[in-house]
Amino acid sequence: MLEQKHLLGLENYPAKDIQTIIDTAFNFREVLDRPIKKVPSLQGVTIVNLFFENSTRTRISFELAQKRLSADTVNFSASSSSLKKGESFKDTAQNIEAMKIDAVVMRHPSPGAPLHLTKFIDATIINAGDGAHEHPTQAILDMMSIQEKFGKIAGLKIAIVGDILHSRVALSNIHGLQSMGAEVTLCGPANLIPPYAESLGVTVNSNLDEVMEWADALNILRIQRERMGSALLPSVREYRSLFGITEERLARHKKEIVIMHPGPMNRGVEIDSQVADGDQAIILDQVLNGVASRMAILYLLCGGKSEETES
Amino acid sequence: MMDLQLLPKKLLLKGGTIYDPLKDTMEKKDLLIVNGKIASMKKGENYDDAKTIDCAGKIITHGFCDLHVHFREPGREDKETLATGSLAALAGGFTRVCVMPNTNPPLDTPESIRFILEKAKDVPVHIHPIGAITRQQGGTDITEMGLMRDEGAVAFSDDGLPVQDGSVMRRALEYGSMFDLPIINHAEDICIREDGVMNEGFMSTKLGLSGNPNLAESSMVYRDLALGEMTGGRLHVPHVSTTESAEHIKEMKKTNKKVTAEVAPHHLYFNDEVIASFNTNLKVAPPIRSEEDRTALVQAVIEGVFDCIATDHAPHTIEEKEASFDLASFGMIGLESCFGVVNKVLVHQNKLPLSRLIQMLTVNPRRIMGFKFDLFQEGVSAELTVIDPKSEWVFSKNDIYSRSKNSPYLEEKLQGRPVLTIAKNKIAFIV
Ligand SMILES: [Zn+2]
Repeated sequence: MLEQKHLLGLENYPAKDIQTIIDTAFNFREVLDRPIKKVPSLQGVTIVNLFFENSTRTRISFELAQKRLSADTVNFSASSSSLKKGESFKDTAQNIEAMKIDAVVMRHPSPGAPLHLTKFIDATIINAGDGAHEHPTQAILDMMSIQEKFGKIAGLKIAIVGDILHSRVALSNIHGLQSMGAEVTLCGPANLIPPYAESLGVTVNSNLDEVMEWADALNILRIQRERMGSALLPSVREYRSLFGITEERLARHKKEIVIMHPGPMNRGVEIDSQVADGDQAIILDQVLNGVASRMAILYLLCGGKSEETES
Repeated sequence: MMDLQLLPKKLLLKGGTIYDPLKDTMEKKDLLIVNGKIASMKKGENYDDAKTIDCAGKIITHGFCDLHVHFREPGREDKETLATGSLAALAGGFTRVCVMPNTNPPLDTPESIRFILEKAKDVPVHIHPIGAITRQQGGTDITEMGLMRDEGAVAFSDDGLPVQDGSVMRRALEYGSMFDLPIINHAEDICIREDGVMNEGFMSTKLGLSGNPNLAESSMVYRDLALGEMTGGRLHVPHVSTTESAEHIKEMKKTNKKVTAEVAPHHLYFNDEVIASFNTNLKVAPPIRSEEDRTALVQAVIEGVFDCIATDHAPHTIEEKEASFDLASFGMIGLESCFGVVNKVLVHQNKLPLSRLIQMLTVNPRRIMGFKFDLFQEGVSAELTVIDPKSEWVFSKNDIYSRSKNSPYLEEKLQGRPVLTIAKNKIAFIV
């Protein structure tokens, strides 16, 4: 069992619990390879997927994980515009509480929203991304994919490349990878590196080629096209030339660097198709591991409950 | 519960220490009030016909004056009114406050100034309206400062919003210099601030919240100080939150004696690590800064850079504060907790003499606003506060008299508190 009731973020999250989740996820990977990909582990457990922001991939991954575990699920989507209209977060939360839900998976544009939710309801909360703060399940699936590829996490050199400032993936990966014993370098445009990033214990280097010489794996972040042609970034072609993972750039480095991407990809911007679909990419493994690790998280946080009540 | 009564005809405050912040004298004396006016201050007085209150171990001093509060009237009476805000003031030992004009509609005409003073007649503390610098606080067209002064405006400010345009600020300082009233600019360059909701630094990086850098404040403070020097206008800098702003003010004060500045309790008490709780009652503009800034501000108080403490008491509804951190409103209430907070951090933790702290709450703000400040003369209407400097207490919802409850000090252990406040011929027993 895990130390904490919720999974809000990976800052100060126990390394042994991350390892437990990853080990459990590998067990569920076997389930996903069976002809009937379903186990009764969470029968009778009700989970609501509370998405205040569109994120088709994350939601589908969670839904699939819940179905494979035989949980009952409800989806609730609210646009972030309704938040601005002053619709009370507390009201929504209390409505959910009144419906006797066991766990809530929440995606919200505001940092801290999952912690905020714990003040209003008793259910287990799983953070599926809160603004530019954390996205712990993404980091766990990334680490599972790294372990699958390398057989370990400790001692590896992982670079996170792209828009670090607006990323929820980066922070969770930094916390998780560090507690699992990996080294982390951040690489991206200097104005998209958050202030005092070095204080997180990482190296910051805006020279991608130097970073690629160093790294065992690159985790490439999606760059929002809306940021192009603003005070932040001048153009797509300039971004691609400085930070894009192109076939040529990859070929310049002899080492077999593993290429990761949390998706959805902007092909031709932060990553070229030849790289995304090439041998060094483990991007589709990440997707499958996403379902397995979310099964593990749900199982470990909500599991056992149904069996207990039956006995 | 606070108990508010009519002042007895004859009242003797006996056995306490009278601290006169104007003369800086601390004396064991009894204070007699007759018909609401100071009658005598002698030792060992006894009057059979006077109601006597034992003030042993307490300090009797001028009523506190806060030149920066938001009482939300007119427009947001659900958050605060002049009446409810007055109770909050009394509970904090304040007998006189200046209300900011960012109401709905804003106080930007002589008629609106008159409205406030009419409404303030019957409330138990003295209330002075501050008029807007620009019409509708729009930042472009200056208001009828002369007519507003005639109606009773005591200063001008667009507080809540900065005067972003430097030429408007320049013209306002020039124009305002005719009336010798302070121009108070909420200094935050909105272009540099962007959508920052907390201090920009390691904590904002860790929490994924958008940051507001020190420079957003300090660059505008520097601009305003330079404009004050250029125009000869009277600049008052509110709620200073950064090391750099304090340094700019310290430097300018060496040559320009007209400049004054205030600091708020929360910027002295908290650092931005507390935001890790995502407690929206800690969301305030300008934001709570780093520990380095906090200690620099405390040091600046000790060096005399700031003239006064001002609470920036800013009530908000529960709904507005129960939103997520990035969407919640800026501001916290601060009148009731003020003395316990600043006494703890400045006097107990940083060895500021209590006398200096009292001056920053009494005679100094009155001087800035041009109020009468020689309050311990015979015949002057009694306006005073009795403090228990030794009291250790935990601030709770029961201590709040504001209509709003957005205090970040709930469950905090505070040191020292006002126990009795006298103003406008009324006496408030606080505890
Ligand atoms: Zn202000």
